Amino acid sequence: MSVKTEPGPETDPRPSIGESRGDRLRRMFSSRVASAFAVAIAVLWTIPTAGLFISSLRPEDDIRTSGWWTVFTDPNFTLDTYNYVLYSTSAGGGLIRNLVNTVVITIPGVIIPVVFAAMAAYALSWIDFKGRNTLYIAIFALQVVPIQMALIPLLSFFSKGLAIGDFTLVPAWQLEGVNTIVQVWIAHSIFGLPLAIFLLHNFMRELPGDVMEAARIDGASHSQIFRKVVLPLVTPALASIGIFQFLWVWNDFLVGRTFGGGEATRPLTAVLGDMAGTWGFGWTRLPAAAFIAIIVPLLVFLLLQRYFVRGLLAGSVKG
Amino acid sequence: MDISALTARFGLLAVGLAAFVVVMLALYGIAELASRRNRSRLVASVFLFPALLFLGVGLVYPAVRTFVMSFFNGDGTQFIAFDNYAWVFSDDDALQTLINTALWIVIVPALSTALGLVYAVLIDGRRGERVYKALVFLPMGISFVGASIIWKFVYQYKASGDQLGLLNQLLVWFGLDPVNWLNNFPTNNFLLMVVLVWIEVGFATVVLSAALKGVPTEIIEAARIDGANPSQIFWNVTVPSIRSAIVVVAVTVFIATLKLFDIVRAMTGGHHGTDVLAHNMWDQAFRLGNDGRGATMAVLLFALVIPVVIYQVRNIRRQELEAR
Repeated sequence: MSVKTEPGPETDPRPSIGESRGDRLRRMFSSRVASAFAVAIAVLWTIPTAGLFISSLRPEDDIRTSGWWTVFTDPNFTLDTYNYVLYSTSAGGGLIRNLVNTVVITIPGVIIPVVFAAMAAYALSWIDFKGRNTLYIAIFALQVVPIQMALIPLLSFFSKGLAIGDFTLVPAWQLEGVNTIVQVWIAHSIFGLPLAIFLLHNFMRELPGDVMEAARIDGASHSQIFRKVVLPLVTPALASIGIFQFLWVWNDFLVGRTFGGGEATRPLTAVLGDMAGTWGFGWTRLPAAAFIAIIVPLLVFLLLQRYFVRGLLAGSVKG
Repeated sequence: MDISALTARFGLLAVGLAAFVVVMLALYGIAELASRRNRSRLVASVFLFPALLFLGVGLVYPAVRTFVMSFFNGDGTQFIAFDNYAWVFSDDDALQTLINTALWIVIVPALSTALGLVYAVLIDGRRGERVYKALVFLPMGISFVGASIIWKFVYQYKASGDQLGLLNQLLVWFGLDPVNWLNNFPTNNFLLMVVLVWIEVGFATVVLSAALKGVPTEIIEAARIDGANPSQIFWNVTVPSIRSAIVVVAVTVFIATLKLFDIVRAMTGGHHGTDVLAHNMWDQAFRLGNDGRGATMAVLLFALVIPVVIYQVRNIRRQELEAR
């Protein structure tokens, strides 16, 4: 878009009426200040990440003795740290295991809530039934409920099951070892649902009613309309929400740490969070370890930014 | 690292996905049967069943349960009425946690929204706007843990010799003494807030910048012709035109700030007077094993979002009335 709200003085071709030389100087000056400010923010927002990236490529002895900015006068790079944190069997290594956990957690952690949310959003926007609006508003309000409200009982639901008095409604799940990851799938699906339903409902409600009507007249059932008409039309929205949920699950610490069981089955971010918190003797390997976790969502984010922004704006600017 | 450990994980993934497909096929079959008989109530319940089951068992029931637990002792065996709440408002550490949370939820949304707005205005229509925006937006793709690690290195402190953290090195270059930032109360709280602001400004910039594009140029031209200077235009034309977007950004950042757990956990672990509600909740329940206190902290957290819930619900009710 070429809409400009405030054309700078140098781009404004029309001479301003009655502008004194002092005014013009002041405007030039404030435009300089504005430029400097914008550049300063852009730089300030980039340097910390660049510093971590440079550190991740330096030998551990260098990290321990000098700051990352010294590489400009004394360059010295290695991939050893990456190798160690991913594959070493010694302390602080073998993170490939947790990286795989992250992947194994993320795929169902995105697919399940998005599919369930699409179904629910369809029912809430195109099937007529009593209490539809109340139900939608209730789900909408759930979006804001902090997941902290659910953590303790949900964890006990997995470890002890669900009982009313002495009557066991659901027995304990007794998940062990790698299977603990199932808990994380379910937790992420639950916590991702309210926002996904809200966003998809927004998109689905905008679909033209006469298309649905035509399909109904042609004898299509709700499940056929959902699959053949609605889903293809909301594919871009599904992509936006999928990216949201992907970033949330991949980057999550709280859910993975709470439901992920022992260190061997936790996702990478949860392990990193603890490593950073304790800042033990392995802190020199943190830059490399952190960068392994950061790089995937960052690439997804950069490549698919358009979809992400679209979802962001649909979710927040409406109304 | 041996490969068999990894194949077990991918095996689980395959089984999980297969189970999901089976469940979906079953649901689809039921929905198909129901919609052939034209029973839309049944069809609706099939479509809603998985989501409502998950939300009911995983969010609504636990929330009620947490509320009840907050009136019980640490292991949930004894009813102690309001003792946990009395503890929150009398214990020094718990009070510090509340004060910190209050500071966070005021400063972070205000600062993120203000910086995002100023930045969005400054880069609007500037050459390379997309690049400017992308640079500031980038931290949105980085996890809170990743951001914490990035900033922990910036704040790093060494008592003697060459500094490793950029902030302390800058102090040294200016001839000052390095500071042990993260242990230094109360400054450490503000340094932790910097991390969240660093992440959220990008969000604010993108949303507000999109809103700015929607402000008609004619209004701004008219104000300029009437002799308004740039700051008058900003305050009297631009800000009122994008008011609703500003509110949305502030509210969204407010909620994110309230739920903040990762940054505190990864940077200080809540020590040195930096604890906040959402982190203390986790600490009480899962590290110290006191479910009652943890639940109480969660309830307080929930109490703080209730105004937002009411505001949002009223908004959406109004929208639905307008749509009719």
